[in-house]
Amino acid sequence: MAFPFRRGARGARRNPTGSTWGDTLFHLGSGAAAIVLLALLGLIVLVLSLDAAQSIGVFGFGFLGNRIWDPNTDQFGALPFIYGTLVTSAIGLLLGVPVSLGIAIFLAELAPASIRAPLTYVVELLAAIPSVVYGLWGIFVLVPAMANVVDPALQSVLGFLPIFQGPVYGYGLLSAGVILAIMIIPTVAAISRDALLAVPQSQREAALSLGATRWESTRMGVLRYARSGIFGAIILGLGRAFGETIAVTMVIGNANEISGSLFAPGNTLSSVLASNIREAFGLQASALIELALVLFLVTLVINAFARIMVWRVFGERGEAVS
Amino acid sequence: MADKVTNPEEPESLQPRKSRRGLWVGIAAVVVVGVILAAGFTTSWFGLAGSGSSAQAVTLNGAGSTFALPVISAWSTQYRSLTGVQVNYQGTGSGAGINAIIAKSLDFGATDAPLNSTQHAQNPSLLTIPESLGAVTMAYNVPGVPSHINITGTIIAGIYLRTITNWNDPNISALNPGVTFPDLPIIPAHRSDASGTTYCFTNYLSVVNATWASQIGTAKSVSWPEGEIGAQGNPGVAAVVQGTKGAIGYVELAYSLQNNLAYAKVENAAGNFILPTLDSTKAAADNASRTLPAGDGDWSHVSVVNAIGADSYPIATFTYLLVYKELNVYPGGVMTQSRAQTLVSFLWWAIHDGQSAASTLQYVPLPSSVVSGDVTTIQSMTFNGQSLST
Repeated sequence: MAFPFRRGARGARRNPTGSTWGDTLFHLGSGAAAIVLLALLGLIVLVLSLDAAQSIGVFGFGFLGNRIWDPNTDQFGALPFIYGTLVTSAIGLLLGVPVSLGIAIFLAELAPASIRAPLTYVVELLAAIPSVVYGLWGIFVLVPAMANVVDPALQSVLGFLPIFQGPVYGYGLLSAGVILAIMIIPTVAAISRDALLAVPQSQREAALSLGATRWESTRMGVLRYARSGIFGAIILGLGRAFGETIAVTMVIGNANEISGSLFAPGNTLSSVLASNIREAFGLQASALIELALVLFLVTLVINAFARIMVWRVFGERGEAVS
Repeated sequence: MADKVTNPEEPESLQPRKSRRGLWVGIAAVVVVGVILAAGFTTSWFGLAGSGSSAQAVTLNGAGSTFALPVISAWSTQYRSLTGVQVNYQGTGSGAGINAIIAKSLDFGATDAPLNSTQHAQNPSLLTIPESLGAVTMAYNVPGVPSHINITGTIIAGIYLRTITNWNDPNISALNPGVTFPDLPIIPAHRSDASGTTYCFTNYLSVVNATWASQIGTAKSVSWPEGEIGAQGNPGVAAVVQGTKGAIGYVELAYSLQNNLAYAKVENAAGNFILPTLDSTKAAADNASRTLPAGDGDWSHVSVVNAIGADSYPIATFTYLLVYKELNVYPGGVMTQSRAQTLVSFLWWAIHDGQSAASTLQYVPLPSSVVSGDVTTIQSMTFNGQSLST
């Protein structure tokens, strides 16, 4: 792989067939790519902060706790959107993660080779479906199903819980959460599967040789070993849920309110931003940019968290998984 | 690289793959670059890019209202085949359109809501040209209830203020003898994005209902009471109404017709219940336009809602084009005499021949009184103080 350049003794010392010239180029090139990324991040934060400065100046930290969003009276608060983002993402994780883990375990541990490859392909294909398609499916299939079947059933069985009370619309936090669950499944399932495959075969063999059943071997030998990788997958899925815009906007009902019921319409940081930024100016535009900043920082923290988790499993165990 | 591999079986199988890997990466890179280049070639081969064939053709740039997007897109296609002039229009939203024309980065802006008094005072050289008319319909989905029920502004306000919450409300039944309304909660649907349709709708409710005016007001996006569904764009609201039993929503006429939605007759200022049609909307504009300001005047209080006249449909709106009266105001010499002339010719065509395209899209052709006002406005446009031929 060495470059066919000949240079001074300094290079020859490390690599008799070439020089450090190629290595220097390699370093500079990849370093530049990394710096471009950092510069982009920095510029995004800088521009968002500058554009949000007006709103930050007017509302201060009260912005985060204010429930009112009224462009007509220039009153803006982020609380309903932070609430909507957290609730829908939590529903997404609650519904999506068990299914994803089931898929991952099946693909890594149980599936016969003949269906493993096609199923893996299908899971990866799900990730390539544009979110607007999920949103359309949401409007025409999921929302009517939720309004006519799922929500009334939940209400009749679990109606004593405040989260399942109130009028049923179909459009609402629960529907958005279900869409998010479906959308995070490919990410969480694929990365969890990789983490499971990274578990050395000896772990399974050891558990089985001690007389463990298949389930016990998977639970104790494999899942425990891969848990930080699976955790990283979940955190990545959460990041996806936080940032998802179009599909959520299409089914969440877009009401700037905080309601105790999961059936009630709500709004997320990204969906209110997408809905309103085109026609906004002045203080409203600034407040929307501040929402973007809030979302950006939350996502940044989540992603950093996920990176550390992923590094812990992939970094420690080398390139066994890539 | 090979010394890192710990499994003794691997190096043999890796060796042949390694040399091929470079090949495959190369092929992938060539394919990616090839697709990009091919895209460029095919567009110019098929004349899609528009710049290849007629090098001297002028391009006009506009942006703004999404309400006006279908009609301006239709104009763009027609005008190009007639004259070779390319009119680019982007539905960025009215607010963005206003900002861009004020920043002089467009030849024309389009907006559903007129410039407000402050904007007009700061930009007195911008002309306002009404270019098309639209009607906003009250669409609903109530099983067993036919289309064209009667409804009043007070009831619509009550529904959207959440004081009328069930379809069997006696106030609704009283307007519709012979129609049996089910015991079904009303689910009001509105636009989640800021929109000229919302501006028109809230403007109407503010005019006819004092409670609405004081609690909600008129704007492109307002603070809606709790328990209402927001959806993106006219298609989004239409989809909510179509798929939700008990829903009511305000959508442009074209979308109600396309989606076969039931929609209401709305009581007008004369006390008649009027179906939204091209004619009833035109009547409204005709009656409201007797008092339109001059092109360079303050249009902030112009509205076509709740117009007088026995046949006027009460929820209607203009969309406006915004252009500079003196066109040699653009920095860097982007505006030339010939470009200014092209712009004026296009505007002239749009308010005359372009109006027939509007009606096929369920936009209402401008009444002659509005067209004659537009003619005066367009004739007042100049480049370096010289008037331009129309």
